[in-house]
Amino acid sequence: MGYYTDLILILDSTVRLAIPLILACLAGLYSERAGIVDIGLEGKLLGSAFGAAATAAVTGSAWMGLFAGVGVALGMSAIHGIASINLKGNQTISGVALNFLAAGLTTFLGQSWFHRGGFTPQLSGDQRFGPITLPFAPELANVPVIGGLYSELISGHNILAYVAFIAVPVTAWVLFSTRFGLRLRAVGENPKALDTAGISVTLLRYQALIITAVLVGIGGTYLSIAQSAGFNNNMSAGRGYIALAALIFAKWKPWPALATCLLFGFLDALQFRLQGVQFPYIGEVPVQAIQVLPYLLTIILLAGFIGRAVAPKASGIPYTKER
Amino acid sequence: MSARVPLPRWVDIALLPLLNVVLAFLIGGIVVVMVGQNPLEAVGIMLYGAFGYGSGFGYTLYYTTDFIFAGLAVSLAYHAGLFNIGPEGQAYVAGLGVILVALGLNGQPWLITVPAMIVAGALFGAGWAFIPGYLQAKRGSHIVITTILFNFIAVSMMGYIISKILKPANVGSDESAPIDAVSRVPQLRLFWDLFKNSPVNISFFLALIALVAVYWLIWHSKFGFAMRALGHNPTAARYAGISNAKVIMITMALAGALAGMVAVNNVGGVQGRLILNFVSGAGFVGVAVAFMGKGHPIGVALSALLFGALYQGGQELAFSMPGITREMIVTIQALVILFTGAMGDMLRPPLERIFGPRAQARAGDV
Repeated sequence: MGYYTDLILILDSTVRLAIPLILACLAGLYSERAGIVDIGLEGKLLGSAFGAAATAAVTGSAWMGLFAGVGVALGMSAIHGIASINLKGNQTISGVALNFLAAGLTTFLGQSWFHRGGFTPQLSGDQRFGPITLPFAPELANVPVIGGLYSELISGHNILAYVAFIAVPVTAWVLFSTRFGLRLRAVGENPKALDTAGISVTLLRYQALIITAVLVGIGGTYLSIAQSAGFNNNMSAGRGYIALAALIFAKWKPWPALATCLLFGFLDALQFRLQGVQFPYIGEVPVQAIQVLPYLLTIILLAGFIGRAVAPKASGIPYTKER
Repeated sequence: MSARVPLPRWVDIALLPLLNVVLAFLIGGIVVVMVGQNPLEAVGIMLYGAFGYGSGFGYTLYYTTDFIFAGLAVSLAYHAGLFNIGPEGQAYVAGLGVILVALGLNGQPWLITVPAMIVAGALFGAGWAFIPGYLQAKRGSHIVITTILFNFIAVSMMGYIISKILKPANVGSDESAPIDAVSRVPQLRLFWDLFKNSPVNISFFLALIALVAVYWLIWHSKFGFAMRALGHNPTAARYAGISNAKVIMITMALAGALAGMVAVNNVGGVQGRLILNFVSGAGFVGVAVAFMGKGHPIGVALSALLFGALYQGGQELAFSMPGITREMIVTIQALVILFTGAMGDMLRPPLERIFGPRAQARAGDV
């Protein structure tokens, strides 16, 4: 029974740690499928985490925080869109710039506004998204096996977490069963064909960027006002890059993206869990060895040693209409 | 989009980049105004902090040294069409080479240890950059993604090596044993009183040599030609008999070696030991420096000096104007990358209207 409870607890923190990854990964999926590389996911996560926490602290409402978080991500997507769609600039450079912009501005504005060394005030009550207890969770808690699974693992997350999980089937449906999804995939593979068919490449790419911003904005909001009780410096801590790695690992597909994010979340949870634990023969596993696994796995995949990750063909290439 | 109108050379290489930088600083200034501070006062304090007195100027040159190396590491790779975002990790791993050699030769005079540190730093940095180069050349993995991932791997790997292997038992914080004073890279204050208390060391001259060497390599050597051919048109380069895979791997290794010199400056010349995260963002500043300098060594030198002044002036600013933190510098860095890199052509159409051939023809008619 002890092991089972342990397992449930690890899986529970796996889910918690995977949620921002899932949201950021799906966000990246929309823009990369539309042919826009988004290195700036990290910055968008960070920026929207700050926007959400600052707004929630001032207004006292978690929902206003969510709006602000998504708003920040939309603003950053707009910059990315102008640079990479209208001005046909280098998308990677624009993304890198956005990451620095978020890192610099969040700390700078946080310090100027709240004078707490870059932290926002501690949030509580309505300023945060609290856990939702699903029906019958308390009643079922003591039922063996199912009880732990249901009331610990499935129930008791906040609304943004459920949004993340719902976003996966929705994305799969949009991408593979709707006209919009077909066009989205086409614009990432062969924008010229779409242009010839009379569909605006620019408009479609901006639509993708908007969806990206909404999803990653929810992810950032989750970080600062659902998972934590406020913003702190550089709180995204590379999750945007991990999400990007997960996206590649999942070969730009929604269900594998979910699986990969859960795997990376599991590694993250394990790393906390294994600190100081002695294994027979091996001894203590260094924290760094587990930290490095998501990156190593992605590199091995990218190198084509386990399957092949092929990006959408027009990814990263600005579309220029011929004259 | 219409074809590019050719602009006079001075507009293309001087005016346009300058306007982009001015735009970045203007927006930075607006942000400062928004939080209720006076940007002009801030600029004044920063200028004084960076150039106004000897040890401030010494710090400026110390930062400049780092940024020249990192900027060259990005620029060199960019000429071959490779976007190297990895100088941060390459410099960090190079620190391992520098400290191993320095501790091995500890106690020897600097004339012996410094060349050894340079070679070891270059080799370790080159090795760390070579792997993404190999993966791009032979396995087709995208260099941007792999260099980013390698930065993270470097952080974990070095964190383990420093805290679990190099850390002496009697030291509290995570750092290696110190290098003896006689074996460190000599600081310039030993020769000039002007630089009192500042860490600028002879790596600065190494940076100047690197600028000239990179210039020669890119524009006056056979390999540089192959590199630029690859950067402009990989298919054409291949038909010209150039082995693209080889050029990619060598270029990345050279870029890593340049980034490795950041470790010589910091580990060998300033801290005298290997500490956690000693690169502290210098590698990323290299990205901004490279774009602002348009990949040309003269541009890299000027923009490295500008960022060196910003970093040192920013320290001064944090003391004098508590409302402005050092992170404002990161914001400026971001705006510079955005306006000179991604949005570099935003101001081109208006300039074309003013300076383009049609405008010149009109002037001729009158």
